[in-house]
Order: sequence, then structure tokens, then C-alpha cells
Amino acid sequence: MKVLNEMTMNFESRSSNEAFARGAVALFVAQLDPTVSEISDIKTAVSEAVTNCVVHAYTDTVGMIRINVRILPDNTVIIKIADRGCGIEDIKKAMEPLFTTTREQERAGLGFAVMQSFCDSVSVRSTVGKGTTVTLRKRLSLRCANV
Amino acid sequence: MKTMSRGNELTIFLSGDIDHHCAREIREAADGLVHEKQPGVLKLNFADVGFMDSSGIGLIMGRYRIMQLYGGSLKVTDVPEGLRRIMELSGLNALDVLEGENQ
Repeated sequence: MKVLNEMTMNFESRSSNEAFARGAVALFVAQLDPTVSEISDIKTAVSEAVTNCVVHAYTDTVGMIRINVRILPDNTVIIKIADRGCGIEDIKKAMEPLFTTTREQERAGLGFAVMQSFCDSVSVRSTVGKGTTVTLRKRLSLRCANV
Repeated sequence: MKTMSRGNELTIFLSGDIDHHCAREIREAADGLVHEKQPGVLKLNFADVGFMDSSGIGLIMGRYRIMQLYGGSLKVTDVPEGLRRIMELSGLNALDVLEGENQ
């Protein structure tokens, strides 16, 4: 499908960038005149994906996170969050609610469950040692979008 | 961090965004207060929280466990409408920590 608008950004996997990342994506999507609830859903899902990169992909190091956002004519937003970190061995297991490999940081293990609940679809591609790409799709309600 | 002590109740008023980045600071401050005051009931007031991801759930679960260790209990109060879904998704309902509005 034709892409109406697109943006890509790269930033370091520092936890201080979590707020920047969700805020930047929300600002880009704002041109579709989303509802408060839709914007909140997107911010939450992006925050979960970026936190996964910070906590899991680059556990003891700082690497680059790339976010690409595309807006399609039917008001669908596609958000790709990609890292070149450690990768996920067992994606199915990683996506199970309450599953977490991190013990000390009090992670709830709900990252993917939240992404799935707040988006229309979530897909994950990962190669161990090479990195992970999470793709979030959400179709926004048509109000008075004029892109 | 704004707090209020009344009897054996300690209320912590959370504000702003709760994400992975700031959860640690909140956690350490909250646990310091609980250790110092040893309240029977810890209340986390979410009235001024504008955004929360699953880090907030971890924060609540962790404090729930700590209060249990102290033989006390945890209540989560004044949850804004926008945060209700993530609270419900987390299964916190089952722990009976969510208090109705205006309590």
C-alpha cells in the first residue's frame, strides 16, 4: 500500500531516551488527529518496545535503536522498532505474559502483552546475535485526517 | 515525592510519567519510606500520573510484595481513566489492591 508519510530516527539505547522515543512517535502520528486514547496506546506500546531494547537487546552495552513510522492512506500506522542487539532465542516464549529473563529490575514480564493489547497486531523478527525488529500496526479512527 | 502520613497509613503521591527510566528512583524512594515508617497500609496515589507502561505494574507488584513481607497491605488509588486498561491487563484486580475513585 502507498505510504502517505514516513519518518525514521536513530538514537542510543539509554533509558533516558524512552520518553523521547514515545514522545517523538506520538508527535509524528498526531498529524492524523488521533484520539487521546489512541495516542496513549501508541505511546505505551512504543515505550514497551524501546524498553525491551534498552533492557534486553543491549543489556550491558549501549547500542543504536532505529524507529521507522509509516502512515498509510487508510489511517493505519506501522511502527518498526529495530535493534542490533543480542536477539531473542525463543520468540514465542518471550511473548508469553509474565515471562521475563530479567530478575533484578522488577520487570513485570508484560511488555509484549501490553503491545498486543494496545495495537491491532505485533510481529517480531529476531536473529540471535544480530538483533530484533518489532513491528506494531494500529489503524486509527477516521476523524478529520488531512495528511 | 509528595507523601502523607496518617495513623498507620502512608500515602505516596506519584506524578508525571512512570516508565523504566524513572521507576528505579521511585522504587528506591518508596522503599526507603516504607522501611523508615513501617506503615500498615501503603497507598500509591496515581491521580497525577499522566503516562505509565508496564514498568508501573512492576513497581506496584514489587511494593505489594514488600508490604506483605512487613505484614501490611498495599492500595492503589485515584487511577486516571487513561491508565485503567493497563492496570486491568496486569491482573492487579486479582490482588485486590485497586481502590475505587475518590477514596
